[in-house]
Amino acid sequence: MTGSTWQIGKTHRRVGAYDRMRGVSRYTADLKLPGMLHAKIVRSPHAHARIVDVDLEGALALPGVVAAISGRDLPTPYGIIPWTHDENALAVDKALHVGDGVACVAAEDEATAIEAAAAVRVQYDPLPALFDPEEALASDVRINPYAKKGNLTKEVELAFGDVDAALAGADLVIEGEYRFAGTTHAALEPHCALADVDGDGVLTVWSTTQVPHYLHRELARVLELPARRIRVVQPPLGGGFGGKSEPFDLEFCVSKLALVTGRPVRLLYTREEVFYAHRGRHPMTMLHRAGFRRDGTILGVDARSTLDGGAYSSFGLVTTYYSGQLLSAPYALGAYRFASRRAYTNKPACGPKRGHGSVQPRFAMEVQLDKAAVALDLDPIELRRRNALEADSRTINELRIGSSGFLDCLAAVERASGWKERRGRLPFGRGLGVAGSTYISGTNYPIYPNEMPQSAVQVTLDRSGRARIFSGASEIGQGSDTMVAAIVSEELGLALEDIRVLSADTDLCPVDLGAYSSRITLMVGNACLSAARALRRVVTEAVARAWEVPARRIALVDRVALDLEEPGRVMPIDEAFQRAEAEHGLLTAVGDYRSPTDRHGDYRGGAIGASPAYSFTAHVAEVEVDVETGEVHVERVWCAHDCGRALSRRLVEGQIEGSTYMGVAEAVFEHHELDVAHGGLHAGPSLLDYRLPTFLDTPAIDALIVEAPDPRGPYGAKEAGEGPLHSSIPAVANAIYDAVGVRLDALPFDPPRVLAALRERGVRREGAR
Amino acid sequence: MRLAPFELLVPASLDEAFEALARGGVPIAGGTDLLPTLKQRRWRPERLVSLHRLAVLQAEHVEGEGLVLGALRSLAEVASSPLVAEHAPMVAQAAAAGASPQLREMGTLGGNLNLDPRCRYVNQSQFWRGALGGCLKSEGDVCHVVPSGKRCVAAMSSDLAPALIALDASVTLASMRGARTLRLDDYYRADGTANTTRAPDELLIAVRVPFATGPRRTTYVKWRPRKSIDFPLVALAIRVDLAEAGVSRVCVVANVLGAKPKVVGRLDRFAGRALDAALAAEVAEVVFEQCKPLPNVPWDPAHRRELHRVLTRRALEELARR
Ligand SMILES: Cc1cc2nc3c(=O)[nH]c(=O)nc-3n(C[C@H](O)[C@H](O)[C@H](O)COP(=O)(O)OP(=O)(O)OC[C@H]3O[C@@H](n4cnc5c(N)ncnc54)[C@H](O)[C@@H]3O)c2cc1C
Ligand code: SF4
Repeated sequence: MTGSTWQIGKTHRRVGAYDRMRGVSRYTADLKLPGMLHAKIVRSPHAHARIVDVDLEGALALPGVVAAISGRDLPTPYGIIPWTHDENALAVDKALHVGDGVACVAAEDEATAIEAAAAVRVQYDPLPALFDPEEALASDVRINPYAKKGNLTKEVELAFGDVDAALAGADLVIEGEYRFAGTTHAALEPHCALADVDGDGVLTVWSTTQVPHYLHRELARVLELPARRIRVVQPPLGGGFGGKSEPFDLEFCVSKLALVTGRPVRLLYTREEVFYAHRGRHPMTMLHRAGFRRDGTILGVDARSTLDGGAYSSFGLVTTYYSGQLLSAPYALGAYRFASRRAYTNKPACGPKRGHGSVQPRFAMEVQLDKAAVALDLDPIELRRRNALEADSRTINELRIGSSGFLDCLAAVERASGWKERRGRLPFGRGLGVAGSTYISGTNYPIYPNEMPQSAVQVTLDRSGRARIFSGASEIGQGSDTMVAAIVSEELGLALEDIRVLSADTDLCPVDLGAYSSRITLMVGNACLSAARALRRVVTEAVARAWEVPARRIALVDRVALDLEEPGRVMPIDEAFQRAEAEHGLLTAVGDYRSPTDRHGDYRGGAIGASPAYSFTAHVAEVEVDVETGEVHVERVWCAHDCGRALSRRLVEGQIEGSTYMGVAEAVFEHHELDVAHGGLHAGPSLLDYRLPTFLDTPAIDALIVEAPDPRGPYGAKEAGEGPLHSSIPAVANAIYDAVGVRLDALPFDPPRVLAALRERGVRREGAR
Repeated sequence: MRLAPFELLVPASLDEAFEALARGGVPIAGGTDLLPTLKQRRWRPERLVSLHRLAVLQAEHVEGEGLVLGALRSLAEVASSPLVAEHAPMVAQAAAAGASPQLREMGTLGGNLNLDPRCRYVNQSQFWRGALGGCLKSEGDVCHVVPSGKRCVAAMSSDLAPALIALDASVTLASMRGARTLRLDDYYRADGTANTTRAPDELLIAVRVPFATGPRRTTYVKWRPRKSIDFPLVALAIRVDLAEAGVSRVCVVANVLGAKPKVVGRLDRFAGRALDAALAAEVAEVVFEQCKPLPNVPWDPAHRRELHRVLTRRALEELARR
């Protein structure tokens, strides 16, 4: 940890916050270009159907309609993972779920585009639709035309140590079947894209993406244009949470239509379309067995999971690995084996949602531990403590753990929640539950194999005492612009408002791979730090020369350069920059980040889950269960999160609160559900029917920052964006058990399900257990 | 979603409004229920008639032994009105429980009583309904809730209707053809495709709530998954009139079952009983017996049914403690 604290660890006003609060930020949907056309996608009403014919003539005949395309105009398949290109921008031969895009029209205004979409005549030949992953795996009906193994999109089996022997020799074996129902991101901003082709033939695409670089690559592939003729810009984003981390139909459609018409084309999803684009958390069925020694030591874990993938692969290859690979911490496992299968079904595709792939199995694991604690008559916090992996250790699947504040996280929630004094003494119906978890700070390997840096940042100083940061990172609300600004201000003695951050524009900024897997603080932060430090050297050396003292005596803080050994001697920062520029030429520096390649095992798949550093989390939830209505009121949640080092405190607290909120929402409210009895229609593709908790339904959340700095992170920082979600869900499940003695092994814990579970256990009026 | 174009008329007098309605205009008050249905392209009226300049619809006053509330009073106004709090506290309670703060500012009493009955198969986009093939209330000819049924059972989901019916409220409607007053209970019909007896050219002018003639305890129970925004999934307006000897009348009106709010029957037998826990439990059983929710709104009907029992009992226990 560096000792300096001019900016690092402080509370900052977020870059751009003021514009957002005043409502003047220009989101993608706010952009308007002269002559802009509006596009609409025609979507399949069938869950599975062969497309016999797409007749665009009726639409094209309407006044005001300028162009129309169908799947055959964009036939090249794509996919975020290079090994699973199994999507088309618009369905070519088959529609694979209700809401799958089939054609797209562009018109002078949105109303005309809506009419035109209705005028496209599509002839379908309905096929049998499969909604259950087990049925899909057993069926001869093939869902995805690009699939290589029937309806199996990916299968992973890995074993570490002898699990069978470990379970056979255990004093206690806990076995359970857990079900995660599936949820979506529900970012407030619907997806939107705008494309324009300039006189030189350069296509610019503004999009609500959290992965401009990958979008850039896929646009080039599908449009068959050289990447150098494409520019991708990500305007301010109204939330992503993983729901915008791959290309979507609209980006290809507006691009193609702009190329065809020569006019700017814009498409904004309706809320309903966001539900069809989905890529939310996979429904998972998880069969877990865990063996324990009498003292609580985990001897072995066997986990078998089935993932309901929906119609496309999306990140599914990675999700399937993550569902097993990321369970190996924060506890030392004597032996471990997992087998995960992902199936295609005729549903909107699942993908990465905050805590990608590991939130579901974490729920299973932590409820298993709670059951073991009860059986062994151990305090569940103590059981976790006894099994905690140490810092600088290796997991059973050979991931290298660096710093770990897990024990501090457990201690922090134990203290803050009054666990010792209150647990076991609460009235019937009220309970406390604990859970722990871990998460990655980026992945050591990029999505497509390459030897280039994962992140790069360019910083330029100017004579007025300002800095410009060109960062490839996608600010998606998580605060990455503020993070790089805090680093540059720390190193160069600037105030945050003296820094302009230009981010996520493939023409202006160096490449960063995107906002996913909690990689930005560590990777972009390191890249930014090395650029900022290079500039600081140039500036301090120039000042040192002017004062004829050694450069190590010069500090840059509070908009001045000062002599640490002669406190009266100061130079305004703009003057310092000017001297440096005079000596050195334009003050600009680049930094990049290359991830380590030696922190994982040497087996196939061993690199998936490997991260430069791991964050740790513990949650305690307090719930009140109404045994007559089945309502679970989550009253308060304490979350302690080891982020390594909080570069900007309020941002970390915000991530802890937001993650915990999202987890509690998934635990108690949310369910991304299809109406299978009605042809696989979405049960309620709106924010009225897909129930996100309101402020009134949100528990009090205590965000407790724990800092175990990791030498691989900038100033020791790891991540805070996704880790603090994981253990919130099992903490609620375990609290329900503490409150009423009933286990809920299936999500969500909504009143009908909870009431049924209470009835099954014979729990009725208050106290009558 | 986008609105289809329409013409908007803004009459300055009732007569002008009546004329516009007679020519096929559709009234719009706060628009919080109407506009979503138009965005969903459930229907496409050519002409909307805005009521917002009709000051007479803003009435709120005592008239004889009753309180008169104009159709244009917003839910927020009803919720915070001292007169309503004094004479019909359950109505204030119901208004405060509706929708969300912003919607209560825009939403009106008249709109609330004329709320379109709701159903998971009809409150959906045109695309969604098309994929389903429609239903009796939209573009099709079957009901997905009661597949053998010939009548739409979409759920009346107004928070105010059950509270006002439980208080024996009446409504006054008027058109170019004249005015009429009827009991609110008689205003509704058990048909989700058209659940009121309002003629297309009629305006709901005002609601009249008669004062209580003796001691009375009331409460409005609304259950919904979230504490705001959601329409009720269980709505129970409960009124207990008291006399020397104990209870003189128990009245329970349940909503969100079918298209017409349900006045629970066979409660006369409780007259003369003490208002206590035993009574609460017995009334709850009667309510449970008679209220049989359907899968018309998106929630487990068996759970909704159980809630009727639990929430009625709790509400009456609470009234007994007052
Ligand atoms: C997200 C959301 C949540 C909601 N939650 C609830 C809830 O919890 N409880 C609830 O009760 N409602 C709820 N509503 C519905 C609505 O907001 C309220 O019912 C509101 O009071 C409707 O009033 P309005 O003035 O906006 O009606 P409008 O939309 O203007 O009109 C509704 C209907 O009434 C007719 N109408 C209006 N005024 C008159 C009149 N004077 N005479 C004759 N016909 C008339 C209109 O023609 C239209 O058919 C919700 C709405 C939304 C969008
Ligand atoms: S109750 Fe039946 S007819 Fe009425 S809206 Fe629902 S599905 Fe349609």
